[in-house]
Amino acid sequence: MTDLSNQQAASNAALEKNRMARQDGEWIDRNQPLHFVFEGKTYSGFVGDTISSAIAASGNLFMGRSFKYHRPRGILSMSNHDINTMMQDDQDPTIRADVVLAQNGMQLRTVNTFGGLKSDRGRYMNCLSRFLPAGFYYKTFHTPKWLFPMWEKMFRTLTGLGKVNFETPRRYTAKRYAFADVLVIGSGPSGLSAALAAAKAGAQVVVVDENVRPGGSLTYDYGGMDESPALLGRLLSEVTACEKIEIWAGTLAAGYYSDNWIALVDDQRMTKMRAKTVVVASGSYEQPCVFRNNDLPGVMMASAAQRLLRRYAVRVGRNFVVLTSNSAGYRAALDMVSGGASVAAIVDMRPEGELSHWHELAAGLGIRILAGHCIYEAIPEPGRYGVSAAVVKRLSSAGEIEQAGGVTFSCDAILMAVGYAPAANLLYQAGTKMRYSHEIEQFVPDLLPESIFACGRVNGVYTLSSRLLDGERAGLEAAQKAGYVVEQKRVDVPAEPSGPTHPYPIISHPKGMNFVDFDEDLHLRDFYVSVQEAFDNIELMKRFTTVGMGPSQGKHSNMNAIRILARLKGKNIDEIGTTTARPFFHPVKLSHLAGKGFTPERLTPMHHRHQELGAVFMDAGNWKRPEYYQIEGLSRIEAIRQEVRSVRTNVGMIDVGTLGKIEIFGPDAVLFIERMYTGLFAKQAVGTTRYALGLDETGVVIDDGVVGRLAQEHFFVTTTTTGSAQIYREMNRWALLWKMNVGIVNATGYMAAMNLAGPKSRAVLAPHCNIDVSDASVPYLALRTCEIGGVSARIMRVGFVGELGYEIHVPSEKGAYVWDLLMQEGQKYGIQPFGVEAQRILRLEKGHIIVSQDTDGLTNPFDAACGWAVKMNKPFFIGQRSLKIAQATERKQVLAGFALAENYRGELPKESHLLIEAGDIAGRITSITDSEALGRVIGLCFVRPDLNEIGRMVQFRLSDGALVPAQIVATPFYDPDGMRQKV
Amino acid sequence: MKLLTCPINGTRPLQEFTWGGEFREMPDPEQATDEEWADYVFNRSGAPGVKKEWWHHTASGVWFIAERDTERDIVLRTYLYTGKMSDD
Repeated sequence: MTDLSNQQAASNAALEKNRMARQDGEWIDRNQPLHFVFEGKTYSGFVGDTISSAIAASGNLFMGRSFKYHRPRGILSMSNHDINTMMQDDQDPTIRADVVLAQNGMQLRTVNTFGGLKSDRGRYMNCLSRFLPAGFYYKTFHTPKWLFPMWEKMFRTLTGLGKVNFETPRRYTAKRYAFADVLVIGSGPSGLSAALAAAKAGAQVVVVDENVRPGGSLTYDYGGMDESPALLGRLLSEVTACEKIEIWAGTLAAGYYSDNWIALVDDQRMTKMRAKTVVVASGSYEQPCVFRNNDLPGVMMASAAQRLLRRYAVRVGRNFVVLTSNSAGYRAALDMVSGGASVAAIVDMRPEGELSHWHELAAGLGIRILAGHCIYEAIPEPGRYGVSAAVVKRLSSAGEIEQAGGVTFSCDAILMAVGYAPAANLLYQAGTKMRYSHEIEQFVPDLLPESIFACGRVNGVYTLSSRLLDGERAGLEAAQKAGYVVEQKRVDVPAEPSGPTHPYPIISHPKGMNFVDFDEDLHLRDFYVSVQEAFDNIELMKRFTTVGMGPSQGKHSNMNAIRILARLKGKNIDEIGTTTARPFFHPVKLSHLAGKGFTPERLTPMHHRHQELGAVFMDAGNWKRPEYYQIEGLSRIEAIRQEVRSVRTNVGMIDVGTLGKIEIFGPDAVLFIERMYTGLFAKQAVGTTRYALGLDETGVVIDDGVVGRLAQEHFFVTTTTTGSAQIYREMNRWALLWKMNVGIVNATGYMAAMNLAGPKSRAVLAPHCNIDVSDASVPYLALRTCEIGGVSARIMRVGFVGELGYEIHVPSEKGAYVWDLLMQEGQKYGIQPFGVEAQRILRLEKGHIIVSQDTDGLTNPFDAACGWAVKMNKPFFIGQRSLKIAQATERKQVLAGFALAENYRGELPKESHLLIEAGDIAGRITSITDSEALGRVIGLCFVRPDLNEIGRMVQFRLSDGALVPAQIVATPFYDPDGMRQKV
Repeated sequence: MKLLTCPINGTRPLQEFTWGGEFREMPDPEQATDEEWADYVFNRSGAPGVKKEWWHHTASGVWFIAERDTERDIVLRTYLYTGKMSDD
């Protein structure tokens, strides 16, 4: 755009009907005009306008339809609670028009209409409203049952707001961490005052405010004078001059979590703030008055009209009626007059009216003031899209409406200034106990958590000078709590003379449509119905009526609902209580919450070798392990079988670096191991290994491995892959508890390990090992330190795959070198690397259990048929005392070997298929494999003890119900005498 | 996210720690009845109140005791285990 057309557009935007001349302190940039489309119509505005303010500038206040009755609605608060002006574009289904900034080129629609804003077919719902009280759907739409799907479909269509676009591109938002001595939430007069006080005491302060500019009520509540902007200017220049204060505007404190962890959300990201102390200066929500047609476009909070006037230079009407119960209403009236509008009347619900100077100021302008009156109803303009008049009636001294008489004032806007509810959501989340103050008719903090402070309106302080003092007090207290020395200056905050909040701003009307909850379209009668139906507790009432369950989460409806319930039940507000305020304070976009997945992976030093060899990897805890190695032309099963075959006939090698490896040293090492494991180790000779079974205190099997004795006081212990971190941790705790003189080192990460197995394994190892590896020199179960290819190594003769084999441990940086060396030597003998699946088959053929596959969280060693590994006559081991009890108890199930018939060719049963005996469950399969070495299908199963006889026939049930016969057999299945591993 | 103070490493975020269960005194296995032993092994009090618990600083491997008020959701104090059952 050229400068000229820019100027042209700017003057067009300025010509909007309700846009006024430049205001001091306005938030819009008149040099940057913009245009956007809402419901097919083009609107003009300026950068800095919200969508609502730009639309309102054109003179249109009808911006949406209500949720249930599809009534015309418009601006209510201009502070992120305007649910009825929620809009959508192609990407975002929940654009809150009152706070989202307008952008050039936006294409916006309403969220809740059928056929557009004006011609919404849903508007006929309004005529049906008397048949649709709260709870109607609970009662009406469940019978007859066969019709329910139809009702459901109807409701799915009718309910809900924006439409989600599933094509919306992914957006990654980074997270940020931040720290502060004092976090101040809210940058109004009390918040800024708190920040300055804390910073002067030396604290690092961060101030957040959800508005795009700081200042809170000082940015709009002028009362027709320039005191507020002048004060704000002073405060902000002090804050700007202070290096210890940062102000983050446009940042929402969305939730409070333990130990002062606060989620701060802005347009771009979530910041995880950890603050030493928190000052909540979050202010209050102006509350609506309940009267007939209080939802018409043009009826709004007084503060909404003030915001529009001061921030966006938008005047929402020409002729106002102000309904009030406090001085803020008078100030709003003065603001409207200073904006060039007229005020037909100030309707003050208090019998005595306003007693301060604000009364004289208003009266001095010739505004008619009616004390002791209320608005009985608002009269819509003919199209029902706005207000044409307010019907005002007298209130008796008891607060009853006097039906006779009344005055009707023509007007095009009605402002409500009948009081506030504290924005105490974060205080509640932090665990603050609140009490209801009858002096100011508001919940105020009663007992604050020790590092949380509250000031200003949320603390029940409304007089401007007092809010500054209250902020100073809170700021000093917070700095002191954060560890800064505060000269003991006591700040006295005067008691509030009276509160701005009306105790019962609720006017009944026989024709209803006096709304309590604008999100959920609840009018007063719905609350009567709820109590009649005995849903007369606040939590039950919430669920029956759905009050406070809409997108604004009751910020403008909960307090009135509590007042109505209290009155209907004849109780005090304190007795009614409040519902729970949970995070988030406002809705937070999922893109801000979602993070990239972070799953750490562990790779062994030989990982790249496995990749080169065509390994298919599987997860084992955090580790990646080769499941098998792909061989061209062979299926998975065939490849695995070939790996098994090569171990049984020639030689194979598997990477076992993922095993937990723990070194235990010291004078108490042997005693410690005796206590940790079920076996006997005291007399274990140096240079040997023993099987080790570990239990928890209940006697359940949690780990198995090998204990090798390197020296009298030096052991090398292996654990299961997935158990290593936990076993190491527990070992340390027991050593501490038993006060043992042992050193425990987790070697899992710095040792690589491989298992070279098969009849030819000795021939592969011998040429590269600096010691004699013959059976005489390194017999079965021996442990030796040696060198392999010049690398210092530990070798263990283990036989868990049932062949001659050496488990070789070397420093991890030498792992690949030793692996390569042995693979190369093995070429002569047809060596093949093998994976976890082949290992599982080899182990199963030997009948070895896998802890946590063949055992579960209740399996003790007797159940698992490893009683042989348990030495009950030792003085102590973990789980021993529990086993004594278990030993005396009848077994419910035991682990046994089974085999299918040699000629079985049907579908293979799987792990967890049930063993069925006489129609009852009597066990389950824990491991099964088709063993080539044995020529039949074998496996392990849990079985009822009375069925555990060698040779007994049992049957397993397949998923389709077919029964497969099997025979209980002895284990090991393969080489029962273990001759092959002892050569 | 809560914070926890390791007696060796200072105050750290909770994700650096592993919970180690309630601190309990093991009865003498020789003397305890089966019921006493089963009570030691299986029964835990879930009632809100002050709990004495094992915590482990995973990064450095430090075990320590934390006294935690589960009713108020605050940690009262943390200290290294010294072998005395009562550390007062």
